[in-house]
Amino acid sequence: MRYSGWKVIKEALTGHRGWGPAWRDATPKADYDTIIIGGGGHGLATAYYLAKHFKQSRIAVLEKGWIGGGNVGRNTTIIRSNYLLDGNEPFYEFSLKLWEGLEQELNYNAMVSQRGILNLIHSDAQRDAFIRRGNAMMLNGADADLLTTAQIKERYPFLNTEDARFPIKGGLAQHRGGTVRHDAVAWGYARGADMHGVDIIQNCEVTGFRIEDGAVKGVETTRGYIGAKKVASCVAGSSSRVMEKAGMRLPIESHVLQAFVSEGLKPVLPGVITFGAGHFYCSQSDKGGLVFGGDIDGYNSYAQRGNLPVIEDVAEGGMAIFPMLGRARLLRMWGGVMDMSMDGSPIIDRTHIDGLYFNGGWCYGGFKATPASGFAYAHLLATDTPHETATAYRFDRFARGRMIDEKGMGNQPNLH
Amino acid sequence: MIIDHPLLGPRDASEFVYKGDAALIHRPDGMAEDALEAFIDYGYLRDNPAGEHRELWFHEQGDRSWLVVTRNTLTHEIASVELARDVARREGRNK
Ligand SMILES: Cc1cc2nc3c(=O)[nH]c(=O)nc-3n(C[C@H](O)[C@H](O)[C@H](O)COP(=O)(O)OP(=O)(O)OC[C@H]3O[C@@H](n4cnc5c(N)ncnc54)[C@H](O)[C@@H]3O)c2cc1C
Repeated sequence: MRYSGWKVIKEALTGHRGWGPAWRDATPKADYDTIIIGGGGHGLATAYYLAKHFKQSRIAVLEKGWIGGGNVGRNTTIIRSNYLLDGNEPFYEFSLKLWEGLEQELNYNAMVSQRGILNLIHSDAQRDAFIRRGNAMMLNGADADLLTTAQIKERYPFLNTEDARFPIKGGLAQHRGGTVRHDAVAWGYARGADMHGVDIIQNCEVTGFRIEDGAVKGVETTRGYIGAKKVASCVAGSSSRVMEKAGMRLPIESHVLQAFVSEGLKPVLPGVITFGAGHFYCSQSDKGGLVFGGDIDGYNSYAQRGNLPVIEDVAEGGMAIFPMLGRARLLRMWGGVMDMSMDGSPIIDRTHIDGLYFNGGWCYGGFKATPASGFAYAHLLATDTPHETATAYRFDRFARGRMIDEKGMGNQPNLH
Repeated sequence: MIIDHPLLGPRDASEFVYKGDAALIHRPDGMAEDALEAFIDYGYLRDNPAGEHRELWFHEQGDRSWLVVTRNTLTHEIASVELARDVARREGRNK
């Protein structure tokens, strides 16, 4: 069923009885050509592009819970391509271009909103670093705009630019960045994949692999054994747990990131603001809630909930930049478990086991990557060669000293 | 989270800095035949279990001791806390 304005009017007039389910509730078949483990944004996008653009068939997505229940439904919805390094910037710019056409591509309203993102500058060193980053972005075809304090004041009159602990000395803006309704991304890709014949199987946890003579034959699941020619792991914060079942150790730790949303307020924040000096970032949802977050909790965790010290730290960062935030009540807070890779960058690669593929290590920035990750992973699965924008995302980069260390922190997974 | 410091008693976890898997105590021998593989493994690969995990915590805002904390990564429950020095000695390191 295609959605359209005409369809909305027709349903409004006929009591909304004609909306079918957006995707089938498939039961597992005995075997598939390709099994994708994990029905998050990346897994569903992979299935969609694999079926639609790479014309593969007999594909299943296995999800242990319900689709969209993982990080795709827990993040702070920010999309941008303001990266610095060669290994990253073309990939995230490719992703931003896919976001720009996503709703037409999927015939689904994902509320892609290019409201802009602004990274605040508080010191000369930060300005130099952001100018360099802006230039790197423009060299890769992305947009970047260095704003003066006066320009920032015009857009955000409430920001304290003079006598704060970190006076605002300018900002790097990417006007094409913004936010996207995160659940709708999962639903839109699920519907699109289903329309191209992909079986989306929920409540089906992968509990093991069947590997013979160094090649994968299929997966053990809570709904029985399912055979497959290719198996593609795509489980975000559970990567180590899943790949351990295939005997692999990864350059990854799992950490919790918390996010927060205030009660609904009148519009105050037209775009996304990041306050790097205080580890705080904020946007306003279309319902009016201020959505914000800061640092990860910083130690291994699979708990999907955080601890109080980080809440305090985020609140302090928020108050430093938006004192008015102190008057708003906090509506909700939650945590998500993420793969923190050793250089802060993702991995999309084959493994040493034939037919077993890996996508993970997205740290706390993988939502914006959803379309490109899906496309690049589908490319790898269909052609066995990396997509041109993802050639740097290999396992062997650590051993070869070719880390993509955007933050310049070294091999420290709890800092990226 | 409260970490029960063996010398100082219960302390809030925010006084500490997390330093990773306690296996990092066992730095490989740089002169060994397999030193290259061993250091790639040591520097980059992690077990990352869901459940009991032995890890290093540094009491930065306190007595600056290093601790080995055995903690459940699913529940945040702490089973034991020892001085890293004692653990290292027991496991055969003398420096
Ligand atoms: C609080 C928070 C804020 C964030 N903010 C941003 C942001 O503003 N911008 C940004 O770009 N990124 C952000 N991120 C990061 C981003 O959300 C993730 O990197 C990205 O969503 C991960 O990919 P995914 O959507 O496929 O993961 P998920 O949605 O987590 O998908 C993985 C799926 O695998 C399933 N699974 C796990 N194990 C198994 C198994 N054994 N068998 C079957 N299925 C299994 C899980 O149930 C899950 O549904 C944030 C993350 C968090 C936690």
